[in-house]
Amino acid sequence: MSIEPKRWRWTIPWLFLAPALIFFTWFKFVPILKGLIMSFYQVKFIGADRWVGLANFERALTDSALGAAALNTLIYVFSTTIAGGLLAFAVALILEGQALHIRIIRTAIFFPAVTSVAVLAEVWRILFYPAQTGVVNSILGLFGADPQGFMSDPNQALFVVILLQVWKNIPYSMVIFIAGLAGINRELYDAADVDGASPLRKLWHVTIPGLVPAFSVVIMLSFIRGFRVFTEIYTTTGGGPAGSTEVIMTSIFKTGFERLDYGYAAAVSFMLFTFTVGLTVAHVAIKNRFSRT
Amino acid sequence: MKTTFPQKLARGAVYALLLIVFCGPFWGILATAFSKTTVQPGQLLIWPDQPTFDHFIYAWTEVKAWIYLFNSLLVVAIGTVLQTTVSALAAYALARKKFRGAAFISLAILSTMMLPDEVISIPLYLILHQKLPLLGVSIYNSYAALILPLVGWAFSVFLLTEFMKAVPRDLEDAARVDGANEIQIFLKVIVPLVKPALGTTTIFGFLMIWDQYLLPLIAVDDRSLYTIPVVLRSLRVDEIMQQNIFIAVTVIATVPCIVVYLLLQKQFNRGLMSGAVKG
Repeated sequence: MSIEPKRWRWTIPWLFLAPALIFFTWFKFVPILKGLIMSFYQVKFIGADRWVGLANFERALTDSALGAAALNTLIYVFSTTIAGGLLAFAVALILEGQALHIRIIRTAIFFPAVTSVAVLAEVWRILFYPAQTGVVNSILGLFGADPQGFMSDPNQALFVVILLQVWKNIPYSMVIFIAGLAGINRELYDAADVDGASPLRKLWHVTIPGLVPAFSVVIMLSFIRGFRVFTEIYTTTGGGPAGSTEVIMTSIFKTGFERLDYGYAAAVSFMLFTFTVGLTVAHVAIKNRFSRT
Repeated sequence: MKTTFPQKLARGAVYALLLIVFCGPFWGILATAFSKTTVQPGQLLIWPDQPTFDHFIYAWTEVKAWIYLFNSLLVVAIGTVLQTTVSALAAYALARKKFRGAAFISLAILSTMMLPDEVISIPLYLILHQKLPLLGVSIYNSYAALILPLVGWAFSVFLLTEFMKAVPRDLEDAARVDGANEIQIFLKVIVPLVKPALGTTTIFGFLMIWDQYLLPLIAVDDRSLYTIPVVLRSLRVDEIMQQNIFIAVTVIATVPCIVVYLLLQKQFNRGLMSGAVKG
């Protein structure tokens, strides 16, 4: 070998990293930077882009349509987190254990979680079809209720798309809770039994405190998923009817790809990005504080 | 503690309810897709009525579902292989090598894990349109545009890094004494030992790529390049299409995910437990 091995040793890790660095740079780092830069411009198709400083951000703060979308997003995030978290917790309590039938049910209820969102959206549109023939409407009909508009009714649409997210995410959150349940010290339950604690007291004083880390992960993931939600909305209602399910990402998509207002869309995206990063940092900070005490 | 009969009954009822809520709709679309009876929009059959393959045959030949299924399978196959290979190579450097800049690279890659792909869709769209240096063409509207943006995935890099860190030094040293070079150590020592983790990154990569929606939406223009999740929405607009046929296409789009999930269950569960799942 003519190449002196020692001299070239330092290149080895970089050669292994090179493909990853190319792909991350090309499709992640450059778009992030480009998006940030675009936020300060009015992007034009003919001629040079025009520097507008903070105008895009100012516009975002006073944009009432975006404000409405942000409010819908908040409702969406909190409802999916609370309903999804509590239901997943309940399901985890029911499906904890290693018995064969329980493992089979756990496997089966994962179907919505592994299926692509586009498929789930079509399933949802069938189930919540806004006429007598729809599956849910015919079930409601058994109880004498009139057919509901669901996703075609501005008052119900947001609720129905929230249900979709809850349905899809329960299995994932359930698994996190089950892992948390397995980590709770059995002796605590034994001690509670000796004290003659009721099942409810055991749940409140042993199980729930033991699941604080699991709750924190579930809440965090649900928050991040909720704030960036796009496909779940775009494929079911597209933001309608009458903007009743418009969220931040569908609004960005329309601004960017339908109205071709790239600079403004990039600015709103960047604000959303900063916000989710902030959430993650806050989560880590809170978690560290909890684990220290 | 003995469970009484009413308790057992209550448990059974809860299990049944869970199965109906989470699997019932899937059963419904399956039963309907295989039934000769025409359903109204929004209707699903509980049991196949006059079983037939007609709707699938129609979906396959007339709707040409095979094109979109082929696109999805091609993108997911190449994408998963590239993603796992690139991640494994990077993980080897991050896990087994000490070098200046390692911490910075780790942090840079990790930071993209917090990055929702959706928020870079606008600049990504413009980047896909840019002409490549030397080649003079852009990858927009090609398979490359559907695949390449998914290759760099922080989740698989980090999962594999964690697993590779756990491989004992001795094994690597022994191979080095035997005169093995870096590539041999990577392929013959490290990769075989992290095979379970590779299975995990493969199934999550598969599901993640199969589920892509926004990327195919902005990366291609020709309908012949659409993946199956994307084509569903445009088929819906075809009001003339019979509901059963549309449901048959939906079933075709569902089957690969469920099959892969059932086949790679063990690896899937391991990934869930690693706690780093990006939902």
